[in-house]
Amino acid sequence: MSNTWTICKKEINTYFTSPIAYVVTAVFLILVGFFFYNLVSWFSSQAIRLSQNPYYFQYLNINQMVYSPLFNNISIILLLMIPILTMRLFSEEQKIKTDELLLTSPISVSQIILGKYLSALFMLIVMLVLSGILSIFCFTYGNPELAPILNGYLGLFLMGAAFIAAGIFFSSLTENQIVAAASTFGVLLLFWILNWAASSAGGAWKDILNYTAFFQHFDNMTQGILDTTDIVYYLSLSFLGLFLTHSVIQSRRWR
Amino acid sequence: MIEIEHLTKKYGDLVAISDLNFEVTRGKIWGLLGPNAAGKTTTMRILTGYLPATDGRAKVAGYDVFEKPNEVKKLIGYLPEVVPLYNEMTIESFLNFVAEIKQIPSDRRKESVNRVVKITGLESLRGRLIKNISRGFKQRVGLAQAMINDPQVLILDEPTIGLDPAQIIEIRKLIKSLRGDRTIILSTHILAEVTQICDGVVIINEGNLMASGSLEELTTSFKDKEGIFIKLKKGGEESSSLLKNISGVDRVTQKDDGFEIEWKKGKDFTDDITRFIVEKNLGLLEMRPLAMNIEDLYLKVISGGIEQ
Repeated sequence: MSNTWTICKKEINTYFTSPIAYVVTAVFLILVGFFFYNLVSWFSSQAIRLSQNPYYFQYLNINQMVYSPLFNNISIILLLMIPILTMRLFSEEQKIKTDELLLTSPISVSQIILGKYLSALFMLIVMLVLSGILSIFCFTYGNPELAPILNGYLGLFLMGAAFIAAGIFFSSLTENQIVAAASTFGVLLLFWILNWAASSAGGAWKDILNYTAFFQHFDNMTQGILDTTDIVYYLSLSFLGLFLTHSVIQSRRWR
Repeated sequence: MIEIEHLTKKYGDLVAISDLNFEVTRGKIWGLLGPNAAGKTTTMRILTGYLPATDGRAKVAGYDVFEKPNEVKKLIGYLPEVVPLYNEMTIESFLNFVAEIKQIPSDRRKESVNRVVKITGLESLRGRLIKNISRGFKQRVGLAQAMINDPQVLILDEPTIGLDPAQIIEIRKLIKSLRGDRTIILSTHILAEVTQICDGVVIINEGNLMASGSLEELTTSFKDKEGIFIKLKKGGEESSSLLKNISGVDRVTQKDDGFEIEWKKGKDFTDDITRFIVEKNLGLLEMRPLAMNIEDLYLKVISGGIEQ
């Protein structure tokens, strides 16, 4: 465990000694802030308009009208930002040949992978926590429900964790960071829209495509539904990504 | 300390090393010699556990590299051909990181870093970012990280490559001073380096072991001729043709104001030649046995001129 922590600590340091952490977090927060501002102003204009009509007014729900779309927007921003966070994790080691140092030290490949994975998860948590500060406004001037919001954040975290595992896998495949980021982005986007194909497919295929797509599982969580199927789905994707990374690194040595 | 038996490594169809056998005893510095792509780096990578072998065995301090990789990794220090450095770290934080992944207990880490920084002369640069230091210093940081766990076995892949002459001399001195009871294997194509630092050599070519042994052993066993070098008061063509007449002498060549006289290995003609020179009154100034130098040995072995 201490070896994993050593690797994780070093990667977190690298994030913060290079511009990556700052740029990615800043861009993420600016975009989230922009979406949040738009959604809140739209919501308040609706509230003013409908304040004359008590029947409709009671149906105004900040969780439904601000948070659900906001979480969807954040998930798209993560889709763009996470490949940038993960692209260097293994590519760089291969390019500058520091993998030779790591692999000839008495630490295991799993510890290296886990350490790097945790460091990217740390970055994800930092980004999500900072974006959570925006909610202070909603809680000060309104009364949204907390549980669905936390559920949405849990969904973002689990989905981000799966994105990171995918990013690490593609980073282990190439020593070129751009290639790693582009392929991560491509595959994540494909998984995102996989359910589009479900509408034209029939039978078992429809179910498989729907189950495999990110969107379906995430949509539940933004609606405030906590289903173990969704949690299991994201956790298995993360595990799969890390497992494949392990296989790639081991097989490269045997080639 | 290091035993290699029937070691073979193939990359697909390409045979990098084939049926390599050699042994290095404790406290010796051995040079791994060979032309480019001879299999030196592959051999070292297998010894350090970075690459698995296709066939054969490698043992370090009694531990099999494939069966007990972690035990071996704790005992060795490795400087790869491309020095593995994180440019965004300072020398000190990098060495601390290496100390941690080499499992040095936290209470001894600081002391270990201080020790290697002192040995490699990096004291004044500890806080500098690695990306801002020169090539020679990077090489030293590489050596420092290899020594941080005070390893019993040091494996150095071309430790002096890319350095200026003064730095090369310094690094050589440093390697020599590290010997103690450590076993050191270094690869190089600089032959002078071998004669200056190493106790023995392993010469490989195209993945095959061409020769291995201590320098003395090799030069004696690979010599097919023996000879002496003499300097005479009366040099020149005349003496040369006179010397050629001595029976048993194969070849007389003029070199450095003197003559190299060679004959077939087995019999010693030194006395005959001395007597002849005195009789002919040629004026003997200097006389020493001809030593086979490492360049001759290397070229002979690599060209396949000699079978061991």
